Amino acid sequence: MSTTNFVDFQNVWLAYNDELLAQNHYAVEDINLQVKQGEFIAIVGPSGCGKSTFMKLTTGLKRPSKGQIFVDGQPVTGPLKISGMAFQAPSLLPWRTTLDNVLLPLEIVEPFRTQFKKRKAEFAERASKLLRTVGLGGYEDKFPWQLSGGMQQRASICRALIHEPKMLLLDEPFGALDAFTREELWCILRDLWTEQKFNVILVTHDLRESVFLADTVYVMSKSPGRFVVKKEIDLPRPRDLEVTYTPEFTHIVHELRGHIGAMRKTGAVTNP
Amino acid sequence: MNKKTIEASAPWILLVLTLVIWQAICSIFKVSEFIFPSPYRIAQQTVEFSGVIAAHAWRTYWVTMAGFGIAIVVGVLLGFVIGSSRLAYAAVYPLMTAFNALPKAAFVPILVVWFGIGIGPAILTAFLISFFPIMVNIATGLATLEPELEDVLRVLGAKRWDVLVKVGLPRSMPYFFGSLKVAITLAFVGTTVSEMTAANEGIGYLLISAGSAMQMGLAFSGLVVVGAMAMVMYELFSYIEKHTTAWAHRSTNNE
Repeated sequence: MSTTNFVDFQNVWLAYNDELLAQNHYAVEDINLQVKQGEFIAIVGPSGCGKSTFMKLTTGLKRPSKGQIFVDGQPVTGPLKISGMAFQAPSLLPWRTTLDNVLLPLEIVEPFRTQFKKRKAEFAERASKLLRTVGLGGYEDKFPWQLSGGMQQRASICRALIHEPKMLLLDEPFGALDAFTREELWCILRDLWTEQKFNVILVTHDLRESVFLADTVYVMSKSPGRFVVKKEIDLPRPRDLEVTYTPEFTHIVHELRGHIGAMRKTGAVTNP
Repeated sequence: MNKKTIEASAPWILLVLTLVIWQAICSIFKVSEFIFPSPYRIAQQTVEFSGVIAAHAWRTYWVTMAGFGIAIVVGVLLGFVIGSSRLAYAAVYPLMTAFNALPKAAFVPILVVWFGIGIGPAILTAFLISFFPIMVNIATGLATLEPELEDVLRVLGAKRWDVLVKVGLPRSMPYFFGSLKVAITLAFVGTTVSEMTAANEGIGYLLISAGSAMQMGLAFSGLVVVGAMAMVMYELFSYIEKHTTAWAHRSTNNE
């Protein structure tokens, strides 16, 4: 393993249980993946290709059947507290205000947990600040059901970031939003990442989203779940929404679409 | 505003209407008060025997509340256990369902053998009949946790206990208060049924003795009193529910 890679997958295979393992039936196969410190990667692919499984492997919620995973130089042996997660469903707790929802991870993860009572005011200020950066200033005391879907999702991302994780994992976080809100949130995520330079692993269906945000886009194939294409996006940063209307951008999206289209047709692996 | 007032007064209007029609039928057809007493007659007897009724009602009330109190404790504990462990759920739930299907009145003779005539069988019947909905609701609230949220918390190193306390219990509170409303009415049924055969006090006993003395007005008074007590308690828990778990009733309190 090398020290420059933040996430390092070495020949990782995962079968969901022993029965499937015995039949050589794997959810994801032979994953080799190296992500640099601070890199933003996106994973695209058809439904059920093991994208979410990949996330569970990276965070240590699932252990691989074969192979090894290193994150930040350490082998992954259990849940990784340096990661924050957000999903398509904001899953905020309806009995907590927005602020208290964002504070939830600090009540759980060490070392904040033991300091929580003493430093509550400080943490609350930190959460407010984070909420302001995503445009939710003034909504601290609102309950989730008083917020729109896009606002809930922003709060959910704040919750994933409040403990300053080194790695942010997003599983189709904007999938349920309308197109305009989605683009707005792309920019918010872009700005947060530009400022804090955490690693991001974004799982998405949306090719434009992946090309706009990521440094590297990986395409996964379905059954077996494999990484079949690695595409480095060399569009200059900072990227503005305008970039999505340039021919270069469209060209990359088109190329990725081609890979997925080929996979859907044959159901087999296309070599990059 | 006007619409709200109408909605709030609707049950009272319906009640008055029912009483008027009831009274009219009794008066016009001259129904014998030994068959079907008129509301007026029932009211008369209620006033006449108010002291006796109050004593029996008080007995029924505190016996019910005792049984109900035990039901809350046992229901919450059992619900917590089966809601937080898949194995416990698989083991306990089918047996509990079978138990719940048994008519609780059938337990009264057995309880009399064990505890004698008096408060023992009544409290236990109230308990047996009312703990089930509490248990089921707590368990449901705990068991319905979104997998995503669980991942979010588990990756931070949350233990089972953290998830239960931070998410499971608050989530099950609306279910809990909802179940209390159902359970309290059931508890009154349990107490009354038990008192009918296994007590010398209480509304159940009053019903039986009034019936055998052909005092139909008094028997009906007993029914009215039990109904009123159950309704007051139901409204009380309904009020508590609305004010402790407002987040779960957002659609109704037009914010």
